This record gives sequence, C-alpha cells and structure tokens, in this order.
Amino acid sequence: MSPKTQETTSNLAIALEHGLTEEEWESILKSLDRKPTLTELGIFSAMWNEHCSYKSSRVHLKKFPTTGRGVLQGPGENAGVMDIGDGLAVAFKMESHNHPSYIEPYQGAATGVGGIIRDIFTMGARPIALLDSLRFGAPDNERTPYLVNGVVSGISGYGNCVGIPTVGGETYFHPCYNGNILVNVMCAGIMKADRIFLGNAAGVGNSIIYVGATTGRDGIHGASMASAGFDESAFEKRPTVQVGDPFREKLLLEACLELMDRGALVGIQDMGAAGLTSASVEMAGRAGTGIILRLDDVPTREDGMTPYEFMLSESQERMLLVAERGYESEVREIFERWDLPIAVVGEVTDDRRIRVEAEGRSYADLPVELLTDEAPLYDRPIIPKQELPVTDPLEAIDPNIDLGPSLLALLANPNQGQKLPIWRQYDYMVRTNTLGPPGGDAALLRIKGSKKALALTTDGNARYCKLDPFAGGMLAVAEAARNLSCTGSTPLAMTNCLNFGNPERPAIMAQFASVVEGMALACRKLSVPVVSGNVSFYNETYGVDIYPTPIVGMVGLLENTAKRTGRGFSREGDAIALIYPADEMPLLKSGAHEYAWVISGREGGKPPHIVLESEADVQGLCRDAIAAGFLTSAHDLSDGGLGVALAESALASPHSALGADIQIPQSEGRIDGLFFGEAASRILISASPESFVKFREMAEAREVGCLQIGRTTPGILRVVEPDGQLALELRMNDLMAAWSGALGDIL
Amino acid sequence: MNIAIIVFPGSNCDHDCHHAVTTVLGQTATLVWHKENNLGGAEAVIVPGGFSYGDYLRAGAISRFSPIMNAVATHAAEGRPVMGICNGFQILTESGLLPGALRQNECLHFICDNVYVRCETARTPFSKVITPEVPLRMPIAHRDGNYYCNPDTISRLEDNEQIVFKYCTVDGKLDSQANPNGSMEHIAGICNLEGNVVGLMPHPERACEADMGSKDGLTLFTSVLSSIKS
Repeated sequence: MSPKTQETTSNLAIALEHGLTEEEWESILKSLDRKPTLTELGIFSAMWNEHCSYKSSRVHLKKFPTTGRGVLQGPGENAGVMDIGDGLAVAFKMESHNHPSYIEPYQGAATGVGGIIRDIFTMGARPIALLDSLRFGAPDNERTPYLVNGVVSGISGYGNCVGIPTVGGETYFHPCYNGNILVNVMCAGIMKADRIFLGNAAGVGNSIIYVGATTGRDGIHGASMASAGFDESAFEKRPTVQVGDPFREKLLLEACLELMDRGALVGIQDMGAAGLTSASVEMAGRAGTGIILRLDDVPTREDGMTPYEFMLSESQERMLLVAERGYESEVREIFERWDLPIAVVGEVTDDRRIRVEAEGRSYADLPVELLTDEAPLYDRPIIPKQELPVTDPLEAIDPNIDLGPSLLALLANPNQGQKLPIWRQYDYMVRTNTLGPPGGDAALLRIKGSKKALALTTDGNARYCKLDPFAGGMLAVAEAARNLSCTGSTPLAMTNCLNFGNPERPAIMAQFASVVEGMALACRKLSVPVVSGNVSFYNETYGVDIYPTPIVGMVGLLENTAKRTGRGFSREGDAIALIYPADEMPLLKSGAHEYAWVISGREGGKPPHIVLESEADVQGLCRDAIAAGFLTSAHDLSDGGLGVALAESALASPHSALGADIQIPQSEGRIDGLFFGEAASRILISASPESFVKFREMAEAREVGCLQIGRTTPGILRVVEPDGQLALELRMNDLMAAWSGALGDIL
Repeated sequence: MNIAIIVFPGSNCDHDCHHAVTTVLGQTATLVWHKENNLGGAEAVIVPGGFSYGDYLRAGAISRFSPIMNAVATHAAEGRPVMGICNGFQILTESGLLPGALRQNECLHFICDNVYVRCETARTPFSKVITPEVPLRMPIAHRDGNYYCNPDTISRLEDNEQIVFKYCTVDGKLDSQANPNGSMEHIAGICNLEGNVVGLMPHPERACEADMGSKDGLTLFTSVLSSIKS
C-alpha cells in the first residue's frame, strides 16, 4: 500500500536540510522506488542519523567483548544486565546529553538524567543510583560558571525529585570543552535476574500502548541536533531542547514497575531520541515484526500537530508498551491510578513494515529493515595525526621547584579540588543504600537483605587519549577497574560514553578506532565485558574538535560490606605503602601531566606506561587484601600522582586530621616527576603495623611490588626525598583550605 | 505498633520510612495511598519526604487536598501521633496542622548533608526518649527548608514549648554556621500546641543504621513506640 496522500513533496533539498547526504537520499529513492513522503523523510532522518544508527561507529564497536560470565543482556537493548547472585541482577547504562546541555544547561542535563533513568526501568529494574561525568571549558571561560551551575542544578533538580540518589561521578575542566561541554549520566538499577523486559514488539495482533506524558512539538529534531557540529547558529536550536518533568517520570517509573509485577507485558521501550519513531521501529526491528500506528489516539498537549511532528516529537517521559491482547484494561487501570495518560495507538503486524496512519489516511509505509539493519554503515577513512608535542612538558619546569606550593596549587585547581559544592546539591542518600558520601574512588550501595554491595564508578582521561588514543583507551578501563578494586569490589562489567569530534575527519576516526581497540584489549585482559554504551560524535564547535573523551562507567560487586575500604587514612601510626608492578620501580618519572598542566599550562609527551597483566595482579592483590581485612584504606594514583593521592587520603581521614610522614622511594628521575607522576597500576594503601606485616607477605607470595613509604601522623603532611632531604611540610589545615576552596569561583 | 506511611504521587522517602519501621525497628508499617479515605487503624502516621506533586506550585500545596489528609487531620485532632518529615513537614504546614511555612534555603539551592540538631522538648511522642543535651546527627536533603513564621507565632511557639528541634554545632551550640538553610531561631522541627503533631526537615529514617553513618534518628521511632505502649 502506498500513501494515499502526499504531504509536501520531499526532495533532495529537504533531505539535505534533514541532515541526510545526497547519497543517502539516492539510496532511499532506489529502495522505495518512489519519493518518500515528508513524514517518511522525517523517519529516515531520525533513524539514519549518527545518534540512532551508529553508522560511523558500528564497525568499530564490534571489537568490544560483550559476553562473559554473568552477562544476562549485552548491548543492543535499552541497558545491559549483569547477574549479581541471589536471584538478582543489575541493569546499567550511560548516556550523553552534550549538545542540549551546552545550549540550555538546566533542561539539557535534566532530560539527560530522565532519559537514562527510563532506559533502566524499561528493563524491569528499579533505579537505585545515578552517576555523572562532566566536562566543562576552562574555569576562567566566561560561560563556564553559567554552564556548571545550570548542569548541576539540572541533574540535582531531576534526580532528587525522582528519588534516585546521585552517588558519584567526576568533573573536569579543560579549554577543549569551551564550546562543547560533555554531560554524561549513568544509571544503575536492581532487578530480578529471571525477569528482564526487552524492547520487543512481539506477537502479531498485540496492542501498541502509549503511556506517560502527552506529545507536543518540543524536541523535534533533537536527535539530528546531536548528530551535527556547532556554530553560531547553535542557539537557534534552543527550542529543540526538551523540557523535563521529573514528577511525571516518577509516576511513570512506579506505574511501569507495577505493571511489570502483574505480567501481561510483552515489550517496552522508552521514547527517547526520535520519540515515537525510534521506539516503534526499534521494537519491531528486534522482534522481526511490523507496527501500525494510528496517531489519532496519541494523547497531545497541543492542537493541529501533523503526522510528521508526531513522529519526530521528543516530548519527555513517554513510553511505548506492547501488551498481550485482552490485557489492555489491566494496563489502563494501573496508569489511570497514577494519573497518567494512556492510549492504544496501534498493533503489532506481521508485514515487517512501519505504517503510520492518521484520520484514515496513510502517511508512512516503510520496511523496518531499511531503517534498522539496512541503515547506512560507514567505514570512514582513518589517518592518525599527532597534535600535541611529543616532548615531556616537565622539561619546561625548573627541576628545583618547591613541591609544597606545587601540591597546594594542584589541590586548589578545580580539577583536583573538592567537588563538595557539586555533590552537596545531589540527594546522594535517598533510598538509604549509599555507604558514605560521594568523593571516594567508587560509590558503594548496599543491597538490602544481603551482605553485598554494588560498586559504581565513572572515569575517563581525555588528555591520555589525545596523546595516544590506544594507550588512553586501555588506561580508561584500567583506572575504572582500579577504582572499584580500591573499595574491595570485583569489577563485573562496564558501559561507556564515547565522546568524540567529527567522524568525517580521518584524524577523529583514527582516534575513535584506536581508543576502542585500547579499551577492548583492556576489557579482555581485565575480564570486564561491555554490556551497553553510547557514542557521541560531532563534539566540535567552529570546526574545532574536543579531545577524544571516552568515559567508562563500571559496575562491581562487593561480597561483604563489612570488608570494604575507603580512600581515607583512619588511624595514627598506620603504615602507608604503595602497591605496584613488581618488575617496575615503585614510581616512574614520566607522565606528570596534570602537574605540568597546572604549573606550566603545557601538555605533551606520552601517557603513562601500562602492562595490563601487571594491572590485573595489582588490583587482585588489593581486593584480596581488603577481603582478608588487612587494609585500612586504599586509593589509586591518578591525576597528580602520589602527591595528590597522599593529600586526598589524608583529607579523607576523620575530620581531615591525619597527615603522613613520607619518604619518596628511590627511583630514577627528577623528584617532581616522581612525586606527581601519574604512574598507572599503583595503589596507595594504609594498614595497621600488624596487618601490614601480613599484607607484605601476601604481596611477596603473589609477586606484586609492595613498599612501605611512611606512616600516618597527626596534622601534618611531611615528605622527604630519597636522600632524606625535606621536600615539603604542609599543615593539614592549609591543604584543606586549598582543596575545599577550589570551586569557590565557579559554584 | 502499626504506623501508616502516606504515599503521595512523588513521595520518595516512603520506602525508607517503611524500612526503618519494619526491618530496623521490627514494627508494622503500612503504605497508604493518598486517594484512600482511612488510615486502617494505624496508631501513628508518618507523612514522608519526597517531591509530592513535583513540588509544583509550592512544596506541599497540592498534597493537602488529597483525600487521605482528612483522615490525617482527624487522627491529629484525636491527639494521636503524626510526624511529617521534610516534604511531609511542608505538607503539614500547608494543610494547617502546623503553623508557619518553609521557604527556599538561604543559599537558593538544594542541600544534601549531615547536620546536628538538638532536641528542645521531650513533650512530643516523637521526642519522648531523646536526651535533650545530646546533639543528634541526621541528614537533610531539601531546597525549601527555611522555616518562617510571623513574630506573634514565633513567640507562641517559644512560650508553648512547640520548638522541638534546632540546628546546632557538634557540641550542641546554636550558631548561624550550623544552620544550613537560614531558618528562624535555627528551627529544624516544631510541633502543634498539643504536641502530638511534629514536623521536621532532617530525615530520621536515614539515620537508623550504623552503615548509614548515624543511628541517632532511630530515637524518634523508639520514642513514638514507647508513647504508644504507655
């Protein structure tokens, strides 16, 4: 059946306006053997854009390991699901909302939170935690404070209202994000392992049911916006940013979970990017069925909307359900009790076509495969390009520089400074599962009724990826896993947000391909499958791309909450030691990147050296030592190296009262490079003197490097060089003042 | 003891209160949907925190019209215990069961933190067994927790021993640094004239287990338990 009415005739010019290429337009004509209607063109533009089709990334994403022990659901669904024992599973995913958040920070961030929450409860899980990963421009960029405050209030406003704690995350400032911030949000939920719901339009004749908020003209072309770069016209796109209604989301969440408890639900999908279009097409695609939609019954918030507008609206807080025939009234009863609009808007067909009707006329009639499996797939050209200097930026810094002022400068920098002004705006404890405030290496959430806890972290280092995409990819996965191991948790699986520039540029595609390869290798070596993920391309403004910024969101399991550690020192007189790869020096001289950046404003050289086998050994020792009860604290060396790690462990002690007396171990290289060097695979631990003896035996037996470098003392951080010469002596009060005031000018 | 926990659309601390009363305290609690008309014979009522009706219009302003609020008002008028926590406190002031109002925090944004409060009177069923001098550590999580009332009302609250909790330092001292939201007289919680209806901004249900960082909130629940028994 061909559409009876042609709306405005489509043509190449309109196709180009919709972000399709000339080749893509030609391919549509060839496949359909006719011109598409305007509604159909809208559907193509929504399904074939980068955001929905992954057309530039799919060939590379296949490299990720996606299976393994405990994987109940891998990529391709609304979220990944991992078995956590006792009949329970964790569903989790991370997503970006970068472009909308730059244009309208509050609503952009808020609706990003809303979208990822829906992805989780769609699977049948009750969301229990949110984490964010934020990248802003330089702290002194005039737009930065506005964007930071808007994004943080948006996340806070939405997450707090829905009653899901925001338990962790990270925030980093760099001028490469001046014109294109990153807002990545991760959500995790708990569910029964044997009751996973999928976005499947199965069962010919079953009803397609629309629930949630009404449909309006808001957000039309949101997905297309996310698939193009930025220029001066970006702010004209402000009306395509949706407005979130967290209250409605909370009702939708409760109503959907109640429906899932009752049975009769066949499939469910969130109407996210490209709303009704992607929800119906993807559900039919997965089930190998077709869908007919009758738009007359879709609940609306404004009059006179065209089928084109219905299909492309990105009004928030809406879901599409497939229910078993005959159970419609049961579904209706639940949603009406929650005061939510509900309507039967179509049914599942066997013709593998997506058909859209309104007022008895057909507006679209397309084969589903053409929009899903047969969507364009590009293996874009790759040409690596070295963009930062290869020389170590340390060379520009006087080797005799005082370490004390440098450490204070690092702590007072917004990147290493205390993020309390951000997370104090997040309700991080609602649902009473959160074990301790944000700011640790990973967030821990107890699982009520068991001894277990989930460990969650987000992490990423764009500078490493810019310097060497392959190594940067490995390091991102390794550090996220190390974060979890520092709490005593075993990494289970990960999700990611791959934020990159314009994929049509061969240098960007080269970054992407290498980062994915590096990540995939680390995932294999550390046994962490990728079960969900998201790609965000076109993070560029005026043709300038952001640094390649893959963010890893990792989930781990702590078997016994009584055996866990935080990063903070906790007893005076405890031994402080480093765990490191046995075939390396305890510290390495190179890779003092954040230090060089803060002190000299320079970047370059190589990212830290990493051997994944050693990384696995270091993490394994740390976890087992925590499980054995040997360690009092554990904290990985990251930005700012040993210096910043020591300060952070001391600042996290009770009342920030414990300092440390440290001797920098004998190693090759200049002292500032060793002290601030970001050597990978290093963990700073503390233990009682008695436990430390046992721990050292354990490390020796496992052939992992372990060296005591000092002990905890009250009130002062004192560091001497390998030859005993005093390197720095700082009062904890001064460290606290520098650290706690770091975000003062921004928030 | 059987406690009714009212569930409004947008309540999100209902499950936490339920967990505190049942799992931690070993008592019975029933979640009561706001469209119900009766409390099912409960001996005490908790109006939990959250964002009922999204805090749209004004925090608590729409919830006061829910059918269950008639039953809550009757329960209160009979002198039986009612506790409103956070959004529940806002609902109780909006519905006139408690005087005054909760304005936006002085800093104008949401605050989630641990604070100390000291108990000013043991005359309510929720503070009966609390030692007055010892500060309690409890979390707050709100944007509109800045208690305000007119000067006459504040005098009456003071004269009638209606101020139940005040924000304080770890040593129990009153000062503006220890007051997170700018409330009048550092008020964190009040009661009605009779003392049976209590509203407070801090979340006692989040401070009932050592894993949550404090068990000080449990005393409010043990208080009401002992009040009901006696």
